Amino acid sequence: MKESVFTMAPDLVSGVLDPRGPVAADEYQLLQNATVVMLALIVPIIVLTLAFAWWFRAGNRRAKRRPDWSYSGALEVVNWMVPLMIILFLGGMGWVASHALDPAKPLPSAAPPLKIQVVSLDWKWLFIYPDGGVAAVNHLLVPAGRVLQLQLTSGTVMNSFFVPQLGSQIYTMAGMTTTLHLQADRPGTFPGRSVQFSGDGFSDMRFEVDAVTPAEYEAWLARTRAGGTHLDASAYAALSRPGTSDPRAYRLDEPRLFQHILAASMAPSSSSSH
Amino acid sequence: MSAVLDEPMQTVERPIPRSQRGPAPTHVTTGYGMWLFLLSDIVMFAAFFAAFVVLRDHTAGGPAGRDLFHRHTVLIETGCLLFSSFSCALLGVGVEYRNKTVTYIAAAVTLALGAAFMVLELSEFTQMIADGAGPGRSAFLSGFFALVGLHGLHVACGMLWLVVMLAQVATLGFSPKVVRRLLCFNLFWHALDIVWVGVFTVVYLGAFA
Amino acid sequence: MLGKLDWSAIPTDQPIPLIAAGIVALGMLGVAAWITKRGWWTYLWKEWITSVDHKRIGVMYVLLALVMLVRGFVDALMMRSQQAIAVGANQGFLPPEHYNQIFSAHGTIMIFFVGMTFMVGLMNFVVPLQIGARDVAFPTLNSVSFWLTASGVLLLNLSLVIGEFARTGWLAYPPLSELAYSPGVGVDYYLWAIQIAGVGTLLSGINLTATILKMRTTGMGYMRMPIFCWTALTANLLIIAAFPILTATLAMLTLDRYLGFHFFTNDFGGNAMMYINLIWAWGHPEVYILILPAFGVFSEVISTFAGKPIFGYRSMAAAALAICVLSFMVWLHHFFTMGASADVNGFFGVMTMIIAVPTGVKVFNWLFTLYGGSVRFSVPMMWALGFMVTFIIGGMTGVLLALPPVDFVTHNSLFLVAHFHNVIIGGVIFGAYAGYNYWFPKAFGFTLHEGWGRATFWCWLVGFYLAFMPLYLLGLMGATRRMQHYAEAGWQPLMIVALCGALSICAGIGCTIVQLVVSIRSRAERRDLSGDPWDGRSLEWATPSPAPAFNFATPVQVNGLDAFWTAKRAGLPAPGWPEMPAPSVVEVPVRTGTGFFIAFFAVGFGFGMVWHIWWMAIASLLGILGVALAFAWRRDDEHDIDGDAVAAIYAVPAREAA
Repeated sequence: MKESVFTMAPDLVSGVLDPRGPVAADEYQLLQNATVVMLALIVPIIVLTLAFAWWFRAGNRRAKRRPDWSYSGALEVVNWMVPLMIILFLGGMGWVASHALDPAKPLPSAAPPLKIQVVSLDWKWLFIYPDGGVAAVNHLLVPAGRVLQLQLTSGTVMNSFFVPQLGSQIYTMAGMTTTLHLQADRPGTFPGRSVQFSGDGFSDMRFEVDAVTPAEYEAWLARTRAGGTHLDASAYAALSRPGTSDPRAYRLDEPRLFQHILAASMAPSSSSSH
Repeated sequence: MSAVLDEPMQTVERPIPRSQRGPAPTHVTTGYGMWLFLLSDIVMFAAFFAAFVVLRDHTAGGPAGRDLFHRHTVLIETGCLLFSSFSCALLGVGVEYRNKTVTYIAAAVTLALGAAFMVLELSEFTQMIADGAGPGRSAFLSGFFALVGLHGLHVACGMLWLVVMLAQVATLGFSPKVVRRLLCFNLFWHALDIVWVGVFTVVYLGAFA
Repeated sequence: MLGKLDWSAIPTDQPIPLIAAGIVALGMLGVAAWITKRGWWTYLWKEWITSVDHKRIGVMYVLLALVMLVRGFVDALMMRSQQAIAVGANQGFLPPEHYNQIFSAHGTIMIFFVGMTFMVGLMNFVVPLQIGARDVAFPTLNSVSFWLTASGVLLLNLSLVIGEFARTGWLAYPPLSELAYSPGVGVDYYLWAIQIAGVGTLLSGINLTATILKMRTTGMGYMRMPIFCWTALTANLLIIAAFPILTATLAMLTLDRYLGFHFFTNDFGGNAMMYINLIWAWGHPEVYILILPAFGVFSEVISTFAGKPIFGYRSMAAAALAICVLSFMVWLHHFFTMGASADVNGFFGVMTMIIAVPTGVKVFNWLFTLYGGSVRFSVPMMWALGFMVTFIIGGMTGVLLALPPVDFVTHNSLFLVAHFHNVIIGGVIFGAYAGYNYWFPKAFGFTLHEGWGRATFWCWLVGFYLAFMPLYLLGLMGATRRMQHYAEAGWQPLMIVALCGALSICAGIGCTIVQLVVSIRSRAERRDLSGDPWDGRSLEWATPSPAPAFNFATPVQVNGLDAFWTAKRAGLPAPGWPEMPAPSVVEVPVRTGTGFFIAFFAVGFGFGMVWHIWWMAIASLLGILGVALAFAWRRDDEHDIDGDAVAAIYAVPAREAA
């Protein structure tokens, strides 16, 4: 049995620090660049703070005191300009990067993106492959090197879909669809979880992302379609009930399941208050 | 920092800026505090206005504003409040001249107009609820009942306050404290009218836009 | 008859809250017994509970904050302990239902009842003294504000033993906080505790703003008041502008839960995103409400203990105003990941960066205040230096989080948790401790023990870094917040380090208590006879210690910034200090139980609303009305302190002893 990615040997270089896709790689690079710029600003300030405090201590006879010095026009300019310049620089970086890494923006690719629909439930993740005719719970198997176009919603409260090694997270909200583009560069297994607190089973909302070769992906699709379990209305009803779930895969009976879930979460339900 | 000078410049000395003239008299500070409270109240209303506007089209298949609102009723309500602001101003005049008769009459008119407003608004609410268009019907109606209801609650509290103030005038006369409180009431009542103008425009007129 | 309340509300199946409640009850009984034995009830009632003196109220705020610090910290210790052991198959000692209440309570307590309470307490105590006023603009309202805060505290703590607390996090996002997903009373306790305390805070904001703008003493123009007053002014303006949004938003959630409204429900057209927008439209100004007074404390402390005026006074005032305005333009950075467009995210990212500029200006100004000074490493100065180093790191990570794509991979992770603790502990808590040590002698007439003060500082400093630097790393490794357990074995060592940090902070809190006890016991050795133990610059040091009820015997006239410092250096008598013999008669506001009784009924109202005991809620409202009416017909607003009593106050501390 494959060792779960969660219990593998401890490694500090993981998560965001170990990007496995273009989105995560760009975001990590941005983090590094911004950190360097900020450190260049704050390290001197910290050093100067401690240096000034020590040098100008009351007992130091060598220090030249300037007890009435409380204004300097030149320093005023520096005081305001230095933070402003750095912030404008970083702000510019942020503006550009926000557009480049907009979750809704498709990633460049030759092949059309693979559409996957994601539904957060209490307390499990449902992944629907509308074109592939399959669905899976707590296990996201995808072809490596292919752009994934995720459409997300929630069948319950707000959650947030996050696979740190692949990149951005995005909220899932009932009655609404969010869009996220990700890609795994090479085959591998990555942990994913919900990162927006959603109730008592929140800590168990983990899932594995399995990036495999395209051939393996097709094989898995065919196997699952031919397999015994169907995701029909009663199976979905069971999933909707509060509780966690082991990973499993289904043949998808209703290709428009995602749309039905969207519509249902906006309609009056027996669980709402009156 | 020199404040605005409202006296002509002396040839030898500069007049003291207002910010340096020391503590303000009690009635100025009290009125100022009331203004600050009113500003905070308006921010609270602003949040309800924002929610109403965001949820305006979320009728969940139910009735929208144009299906429910009676413009002539709203016109009468608006007239009641506007005229009550006028009577409230007269109340202020009565207080300024320490004239109990004017004060009582102006207050009575204000109360009567406020009561008329409340009766009309409450009957509008009960009618809507009876017709199945209560706040639980849709997010739009939630926003409506909350915003308009909050204003109505303020009007009701204002009326209660006015009654208490009349009792104070009757028992304590126009003492400085009572006069300060009446000033605060005046500000409050006028502010409510301003909020109503917003409600009337955004909610009622906006429904028919 | 009792609404939803019955015996099952008491969590007999959970030992931890019952044990905690038992300890608290024993503690309270012990204190009550001790007070009875000493015969102090009358004194407490007359001099503290019914006091409308801003100094007394400020002290009570600070005391309440310190007590709630212990309460909130116990939650933190439980969370750190749980996370240090709950890895893999180990579920720890806190099941999710309980753990989720703990982190929700921890955040709620720390923000509302420690941070806000401490800062409001300091501002209450200090501002009227610094502007040469006798009290705040509305002393009775001040008492009401304090006691309503205490009502909120009581309600929140009642939820520990009667019912439960919210399990939604400290901001109670819907739909999780709606009735459908949180059917218990927990969210209701949260809503009413915050709403009631929030009214108190709003009234306090109005009070202090009116005080600073309308009651400054003669000669004290805006550019002559201490920087602490500038930051207090901007913080209170923010309170007035932001707290009503919180009131409105929580009221909408309350309407959803109680009357079936649909503001934020999933169905019938509700919009949960709107809650998030509204709550953060309050939430972001809130963190500036917390930090601005702390900035003010540091300005006072650094300039006093460097013996120099604050560098760049005008810039400091302008920066505070800039922060005040800009704080309303950044709120979306709390939910970059909610799916807004790149333009929207980018705009708010840039705005968030821009608000870092005035903060950076302040840091530079503090730096240059040190330069050329004669720095004394008093306990408040230690906290200030600790702040300057620590807060900057938090500011850096804040700027990193302000880049939307970085936020996409760090939002809601332990990186975020580390960031906000970095700025709140490094900023607000360090500022609270600095202010506490700095102004203590003015409040009580003796200084705090220095050795224990230093021990407190080092325990907190080391503890903070041990507890939160690992969290930055964990967040980048993919660890999210609010985890009751996790499977990644590789995270546990860092969690254990974090627990060690928490234990160090625990020691720091212990040192705080020891410092207070030791200081009281040995107060004769550290009496502040001159009223000016630190060679201060501003007017509060021109009074005897403890400051008399009326603050200044004679009206104060100032002619510039740091008027007291100027007077000292010129050999002039302290402003406001009467010439001897002092035949002055001074008026002070009359004490009243109005605040206490309104708050008493507010607790009844809140409790009744939580448990749907409608008669209790209505009766409580009528009670509040009754108390207000009784106050409205009060005869005397002020009473006189005669000249002999005044003279006695100034005769005791010989000024020559300074």
